[in-house]
Amino acid sequence: MIDYWSYYHTRLIDAALMHLQLVTISLVAALIIAMLVIFTCINKDKWLSGLIYFFSALYSVPSYAFFALLIPLTGLGTTTAIIVLTLYSEYVLLRTFSTGIRQIDPLIIESARGMGMTDRQVFFKIQLPLSSKSIFSGIRLALTSIIGIATIAATINAGGLGTILFDGLRTQSIETIIWGAVLTIILCIFSNVVLRLIEKITLRNLELGD
Amino acid sequence: MSNSAVKFKNVEKKFAAETIIEKLSFEVEDGEFITILGSSGSGKTTTLKMINRLVEPDGGTIEVNGQSIEQIDLIELRRNIGYVVQQIGLFPHLTIEKNIATVPELLGWDKEKILVRVKELMELVKLPYEQYGKRHPKQLSGGQQQRVGVARALAANPQIMLLDEPFGAVDAITRKELQKQIKSIHKELSGKTFLFVTHDINEAFYLGDKVMIMNNGEISQYDTPKNIVTNPKTDFVKELLDTIYEEEALWRELK
Repeated sequence: MIDYWSYYHTRLIDAALMHLQLVTISLVAALIIAMLVIFTCINKDKWLSGLIYFFSALYSVPSYAFFALLIPLTGLGTTTAIIVLTLYSEYVLLRTFSTGIRQIDPLIIESARGMGMTDRQVFFKIQLPLSSKSIFSGIRLALTSIIGIATIAATINAGGLGTILFDGLRTQSIETIIWGAVLTIILCIFSNVVLRLIEKITLRNLELGD
Repeated sequence: MSNSAVKFKNVEKKFAAETIIEKLSFEVEDGEFITILGSSGSGKTTTLKMINRLVEPDGGTIEVNGQSIEQIDLIELRRNIGYVVQQIGLFPHLTIEKNIATVPELLGWDKEKILVRVKELMELVKLPYEQYGKRHPKQLSGGQQQRVGVARALAANPQIMLLDEPFGAVDAITRKELQKQIKSIHKELSGKTFLFVTHDINEAFYLGDKVMIMNNGEISQYDTPKNIVTNPKTDFVKELLDTIYEEEALWRELK
């Protein structure tokens, strides 16, 4: 095990970084889209529900098939991987964000409106801060799930830790498989810890800390 | 100065096929404390919410300070009317100070002016700034939160205050205390018009310069408490008063 690390650590670290990059780009893209969708659809419940159903349908497509389906359109490589990962996280984000916003006591929203806040002000001053806890848990959930799914992206040449895992499978090298798996897990834990920190700081600034 | 602060003319409101309010007309004079009394479903809350356009009427006209509310910018209109809802509606993520400062901040007052105003209002509702300013709503009792709600609605010095069963969720003793306070606040800030929705008869008659009794979306009687008691106009009002007399009899018996 340790020998394997000393021989191949550059390759392993590169793969892990590539993995992190894939996941981060997808998550940020999904986050921006989710914010735009929620902002525009917040008072159009039917649209929002429709969109969530649409993304839930996409979410149910197996990742392997999804990658394959997109190859004719966007080819092999990172672009396809990022599109798929973004769509997967979109569902998780939209679902948790909308739940978080719908859970806010309607009387709070009503008094904000009654005091003369515009829809924009209600969104940024009231709805967003009050749903920030579920927003953060949604982000963490999305991140964890796409870190796993991203390993499959190696099959379409997108790089990442999946390359190590599939190499191990092909060469029947237990050591390689274990290193690939361990690094995926470490990546997951590490990124969750980082997100936790960001969450804590943000909530403290919003004075919502527990 | 007997201009009308609020004026309803043949106002109608339907929800789906059901008519909630039918041809409602009344006038509220500047500086009056009006209580709107009715059971649930009588249309009292709907009436109140039509004034700041949280509910849009289906017909008729509503005037605020002599101007049709449709001609006033919606946001402008709301910022000039204080609004207190059932069970508080304070923003849980903001401190008491920030809650009270909401409308002045929306109006873009400078920081010092806001701070002075917040302190003044917290004085008025008897929650000293030094002690309560930095707390969050959940750290206050129900009665205290309700007082913050009133202070918040008064922040930008609105001429009209709408209060929708503000004391519905507090215990009897606190409620009495709050009623006394709101009455003295109204007296202290002379010239402000209060419209106060409640389903509590005692509250309505204690607070109101005039009481508007609503039943099934119509006004049963709209007069001073004294006139209503000495001269109840409809069966509904008589029935309502009877419940009070019965209660009174009960208490007398128990003594």
